[in-house]
Amino acid sequence: MKIAVCVKHVPDATVTKRIDPQTKRLDRSGEGALNPFDTQAVEEALQIKERDGEGEVVLISMGPERALDSLRKALAMGADRAILVSDEQVAGSDLVATSRVLAAVLEREGAELVVFGQQGGDSDGAVLGAAVADRLRRPLVSQVAELEIADGKLKGKRQTEFGYDVIEAPLPAVVAVSDAINEPRYPSLKGIMGAKKKPQETVSASDLGLEADKLGEAGSGTSVVALNDPPARGDALKIEDDGSAAEKIVDFLAERKLL
Amino acid sequence: MIAVFLEHHEGELQKGALGVLGKAAQLGDEVAGVVLGSGVKDLAAQAGRFGAAKVFVADDPALEAPLPQPRVDALAHLVREEGVDTVLFAASVLSADVAAGLAARLDAGLNWDLVDLAKDDGNLVGKRPALEDTVYVDVGWTGEPRLAMFRPGTFDPAETGGEAEVADFSPPQFEDFSTQATMLEQAHAESEGPSIEDADVIVAGGRGLGSPENFSLVEALAKALGGAVAATRAVVDAGWYPYATQVGQTGKTVSPRLYIACGISGAIQHKVGMQGSGVVIAINKDPNAPIFEFADLGVVGDLNEVVPKLTQLVEQRK
Repeated sequence: MKIAVCVKHVPDATVTKRIDPQTKRLDRSGEGALNPFDTQAVEEALQIKERDGEGEVVLISMGPERALDSLRKALAMGADRAILVSDEQVAGSDLVATSRVLAAVLEREGAELVVFGQQGGDSDGAVLGAAVADRLRRPLVSQVAELEIADGKLKGKRQTEFGYDVIEAPLPAVVAVSDAINEPRYPSLKGIMGAKKKPQETVSASDLGLEADKLGEAGSGTSVVALNDPPARGDALKIEDDGSAAEKIVDFLAERKLL
Repeated sequence: MIAVFLEHHEGELQKGALGVLGKAAQLGDEVAGVVLGSGVKDLAAQAGRFGAAKVFVADDPALEAPLPQPRVDALAHLVREEGVDTVLFAASVLSADVAAGLAARLDAGLNWDLVDLAKDDGNLVGKRPALEDTVYVDVGWTGEPRLAMFRPGTFDPAETGGEAEVADFSPPQFEDFSTQATMLEQAHAESEGPSIEDADVIVAGGRGLGSPENFSLVEALAKALGGAVAATRAVVDAGWYPYATQVGQTGKTVSPRLYIACGISGAIQHKVGMQGSGVVIAINKDPNAPIFEFADLGVVGDLNEVVPKLTQLVEQRK
């Protein structure tokens, strides 16, 4: 089975993130990494391929050239090849424009299963899978914590506000997996060495037949009007444990009469 | 006209959606609630009491299970036919999928995780905390319809006692792909346990505990403090701890006097379930964990060392 996994290159978790006051976009100039929520999507696709004993796992991403670093990490985990849509025109795309670009690549690839991670580690949105599913006109199952695939159908168990749902859908379909679905593997040294040689294709928006006014800020339905400081909050204490943290917590609780 | 998607479960309109309805009614525009389901006509009257002048109801067997895609069809039809310029959602598992699908279908801008919405010179402006709530972004829309989804628990419902005009509508037909997903089993709660909603003190464990066995550390501290044990979605979904103890967007909302978070990163989905707590203490080995942004006392350290020691000290003081 051909499986496409949509992944994103996001600012590394150890970097203090900032929004550029000029462009009002997230500053992506610092260290980046594969979106942690996407590693579970890659892992799940690899497990399906390994169970089947055949198939292909194709990575799809949109972002700057540097996003190839993240794609290589997922290739090192075991994915077969990668496609990056990288183009000045797509920078600043919101959900509407991003889903257009990904859907265009996915239409071209025609995978039976499209897998998304739970959410963007930078945008905190859990929305892209559903938007892409609508554009591809395919059934969607999101927040999947357990996935079974058999007889041309998928069965996903997922948690909602009210308990657990079990949803079935025929393939081809789109799923977004929960971060609890698996423990992603670490790339092996062999995987890392091999990743460089795997096919990595960079395409532009025009290669996909997308017009400029449907992309980037011009093709987006939302805008950033202003940036403000958050409301003031009380002074928070943050300490490093030097062996006395437990005592400090007890003192803190005692002062507030919580013991 | 502003339309508010009114999610319901077991014959009850959901509080979050009714809260958004009340907020919409304050903006001064015509406001309609939208109820989608099967056998849901009676729910429309409930919505009138919470600020809807009008309620659109689509009653169709295809809308019985709480699945998103047929709802996208129904809302897209409503927006096109009824002059809806804005559609509002209270965030939930279902709403996120419906809102995102609708955004793609209508090529309409969707702003999510909003904590407020106001009119500025006639334009709607949403307020969105970003980057672990360290910056508040004013967001807008480049055209209509505008779609917005609010952070869970943002607005409380306000009962105004009005009555709504009920208008039946039905999409002419559902898209072939929209009805392909089917619900095999719905809202099955996995296990029962003590309620954490009334607890005065909660000690909660997350993925940072490293293993299900390490919940014993959390349990021991909770026992010493006379409190209850709670868990994050990640560890509940992974099967480490029962669903009944889950705090967060898809779990319970708690407001104890003291909340001690052990190995919890503090994702927004967790924060919305415990932000009403009095004092928050966080213990986490990752100094960049978002939980430190809203903890009154943050301890960067190994919980395997700090928690047992803390338990011991609390025991000694008794």
